[in-house]
Amino acid sequence: MLFRRGMATLSVILGLFGGSSAGAADKASTEWTQVLEAARGQTVYWNAWGGDPRINAYIDWAGEQAHERFGVSVVHVKLTDTAEAVARVLAEKSAGRSEGGAVDLIWINGENFAAMKRNGLLFGPWLDRLPNHRLTDPANNPELNLDFGVAVDGLEMPWARARLVFYRDTVVLPEPPLNTDALLAWTRENPGRFTYPLPPSFLGTTFLKQVLIERAANSSALYNPVSEADFAAISKPLCDYLDALHPTLWRQARSFPENAGGMRRLMSDGEIDIAFAFSQADASAGIDSGELPATVRNYVFDAGTIGNVSFLAIPFNAGHSNAAMVLANFLLSPEAQMRKQDPAYWGSATVLSLGQLTREQADAFRNLDLGPAALPADQLGTMLAEPHPSWTEALEAEWVRRYGVR
Amino acid sequence: MLRLAPYLVAAILTLPVLAGMLGALIPSFGFLPVLGKTDVGFGPWRALLAWPGLGTSVLLSFLSGLVTAAIALSLALLFLAIFFETRAFTWLRQAIAPLLAVPHAAAAFALAFLIAPSGFLARLMSPWATGWQRPPDLLIVQDEWGLSLMAGLVMKEVPFLLLMALAPLAQIHAGERMRLARSFGYGRVSAWFKTIVPALYPLLRLPVYAVIAYSSANIDVALILGPVSPPPLAVQILRWSNDPDLDFRMIASAGAILQFVVTAGAIAVWILAERCVGLLVRGQLVSGRRVAGDAGFATLGRGLFPVLILASMLGIAALGLNAFARVWRFPDALPGRWTMAHWQSVAETAGGPIAATLWIALLTTLLSVVLVVCVLENERQRGARSGRALEFLIYVPLLVPQIGFIFGLVLLAEMAGAPPGGGLVAAGHVIFVLPYVYLSLAEAYRRQDPAWTKLARTLGQSASGAFWKVRLPMLLTPLLTAFAVGAAISIGQYLVTRLLGAGRVETVTTEAIALAAGGDRRLIGAWALTQAILPVAGFALALAAPRLIWRNRRGMLGGSR
Repeated sequence: MLFRRGMATLSVILGLFGGSSAGAADKASTEWTQVLEAARGQTVYWNAWGGDPRINAYIDWAGEQAHERFGVSVVHVKLTDTAEAVARVLAEKSAGRSEGGAVDLIWINGENFAAMKRNGLLFGPWLDRLPNHRLTDPANNPELNLDFGVAVDGLEMPWARARLVFYRDTVVLPEPPLNTDALLAWTRENPGRFTYPLPPSFLGTTFLKQVLIERAANSSALYNPVSEADFAAISKPLCDYLDALHPTLWRQARSFPENAGGMRRLMSDGEIDIAFAFSQADASAGIDSGELPATVRNYVFDAGTIGNVSFLAIPFNAGHSNAAMVLANFLLSPEAQMRKQDPAYWGSATVLSLGQLTREQADAFRNLDLGPAALPADQLGTMLAEPHPSWTEALEAEWVRRYGVR
Repeated sequence: MLRLAPYLVAAILTLPVLAGMLGALIPSFGFLPVLGKTDVGFGPWRALLAWPGLGTSVLLSFLSGLVTAAIALSLALLFLAIFFETRAFTWLRQAIAPLLAVPHAAAAFALAFLIAPSGFLARLMSPWATGWQRPPDLLIVQDEWGLSLMAGLVMKEVPFLLLMALAPLAQIHAGERMRLARSFGYGRVSAWFKTIVPALYPLLRLPVYAVIAYSSANIDVALILGPVSPPPLAVQILRWSNDPDLDFRMIASAGAILQFVVTAGAIAVWILAERCVGLLVRGQLVSGRRVAGDAGFATLGRGLFPVLILASMLGIAALGLNAFARVWRFPDALPGRWTMAHWQSVAETAGGPIAATLWIALLTTLLSVVLVVCVLENERQRGARSGRALEFLIYVPLLVPQIGFIFGLVLLAEMAGAPPGGGLVAAGHVIFVLPYVYLSLAEAYRRQDPAWTKLARTLGQSASGAFWKVRLPMLLTPLLTAFAVGAAISIGQYLVTRLLGAGRVETVTTEAIALAAGGDRRLIGAWALTQAILPVAGFALALAAPRLIWRNRRGMLGGSR
């Protein structure tokens, strides 16, 4: 606890005087002091997915801290889908409300960010104004500057890293299939014991992309807008694969779990033997709560799995953008990021660059126990980048066209 | 002032719905200036009609509306035929309102866990009876034909129709009809269908249409029990409006208009079927046959109802078990390890939502009860029933699919500059609470004998004294029941709360549904029970309070019914 308190003090200092070595930085710190002053007493309406009580508890904690330290109150608006917040901002813009909007901060990435950016619904650029931003070492971490291939342009703050990991009960399935071919061979021998969440749910579409990246003849086309590529030719290996896979899936692919939670429930009920999640912490949390057997372990495909970064954005008409920035900056502090990565609280990987931290802080991150199901960082394999967001839409549309009809 | 009440109520019931529909109609023709879409045309409609699986979605919504209504109505009538004026019927009158109070989503979760291949029934029977060590790969929940969806809807709609039938039964003097027919030697079921149903059905027509409308356009039950791909139309509309690609909003608007058409079409087909059935059975009614399959129907009913009630109770019990389970693997009949952790988590987070739920429910219901009493009192003073127009308008919010007009309503609220939050949410709830309060209060209010007023006046009371000191106290039981019904409706509202509150207003229902997205059934169980406890407690209070208040005025308890 002492250690944590020490970090708290440090992060406050960082927050107040971050990077105050040069004259320009002095100006920046004066500006930040103004932001802090303006933020005091404001309430941030933070729109974030509310489906996981652990994440909700983390957000509550962050709110308490922000209140104690900066006089900023935080209300967690619990979404079932991030697009709800986008819709709200959109409705406000239709109604001509260009200030005092209901949404102050959104947990966002990929398609939703692309849509908001395209429609001019974002505030900023504001990222460079955050003292803690430099701790992410943006110059050496280019993946933080691109959100599904779309330039971030300082309009959103990197907050969390996510990696696709598979998991299974090691007692039931000691040697899991490690690529898409092996997976198909396994489902043929074990019909009805695998499924994936229904696209266009986030995780369902991710599975499609994972298969496509592995099987596409030329995956580099996936990183440019789909309009520049021959979609039918490039997506053919995916469609062929799904055509073969579907008859061997749970319920013969006549039904699908709704999302990651639904798939974990099937795992818990013993209906399927392999599941996957967008976080190492998912399976560990399931073990801790008794939902999954204690012998469940994560694993990844040989050729790597998809990973991405999720961000925090402020809408163009946010009523409390200063307070939103203060909260965001706190969320990027080593203390808040450490707690986020700790599986006892959440288990979501940090976006900070350990090289930018003090040795004490960096060691604390390195020595963190990632939970019973987690793979050590060096066994997590290659991270495959998310395709351009236009592929998401195209793949979802193709999926519905081929498999959404009976 | 009182004269204005019917107009005010009519405005509350229809204006937001009309405005919301307009808010859906305009974007469906490509007009959404904020996205730079001002090319008015049929683009969204073409995209909608070209959507893969649209036909199946429409068919699912259409059929689940008609089939649910047909089965629920048959069951409700059969139940009444067998049990009317028996002890079971008396029990039912007490039990029905709390049954209705269980929120749709909670009931759907309960059914889903009950009948799934890895569900409670399978666990109770495995492996000793079924031989299943692992759950079989059977598509039962979320089946393609929507059968589990319809079953879930029927479970909730039968109690609704029974409740709606109670007042008309008194109005048509069903007891006398029954005794007369029986004295002519008609069997119980035959007597019921030949002498009571022809008089009862016309009074039950609007509630049946409301069942069709709800079943063809609901979201909460369809999300849990409905097929996923393609889903019922309302779910597909929700997916479109949640699509990150904002162009889909216009398709969603067109879909909302299509939903109106589908719901209206289902009701139209039902009306047509009413006529046909009317023509077909006319001969039967006057044939003079005293007994027609009476024994068979009676056996069917006597067998069916215990099964239905047992299933409901098992479902709720399973939900309860989940809420205390730490580890519960298939095929164990009971959890292997228990925990209070889920309740702890509820206790830590539920305080705010419960407070918000309560103040919104109490405020909206109070407002609704006052408005309804004004309408009914106006009617009484002017000595005329408030026409068929108002009777029909009462049903407008129940007949028009919610998903269609709520989005338009949000836009409207924004344009009016109304800040999202509790006030706006409460205003939105009134639209849905008002009809139910009216439906549950109107009959009792009208049946109160006018002689009581005269008696009070002869004893020296003023007109308002007669109203406040004599008539209202006599109506205490129906008033409290209407209050409990209204509060239950308010507590169950999801879409309105969510959208008009901009997500800032958290109630137990929005909290439960947000956590449902996480998929942890144990937590869902704890929240669903929390969500159900509030309205059930409301009904318990509504039943208990008169007994307490009139504990030394026994006549007040029976007379006001």
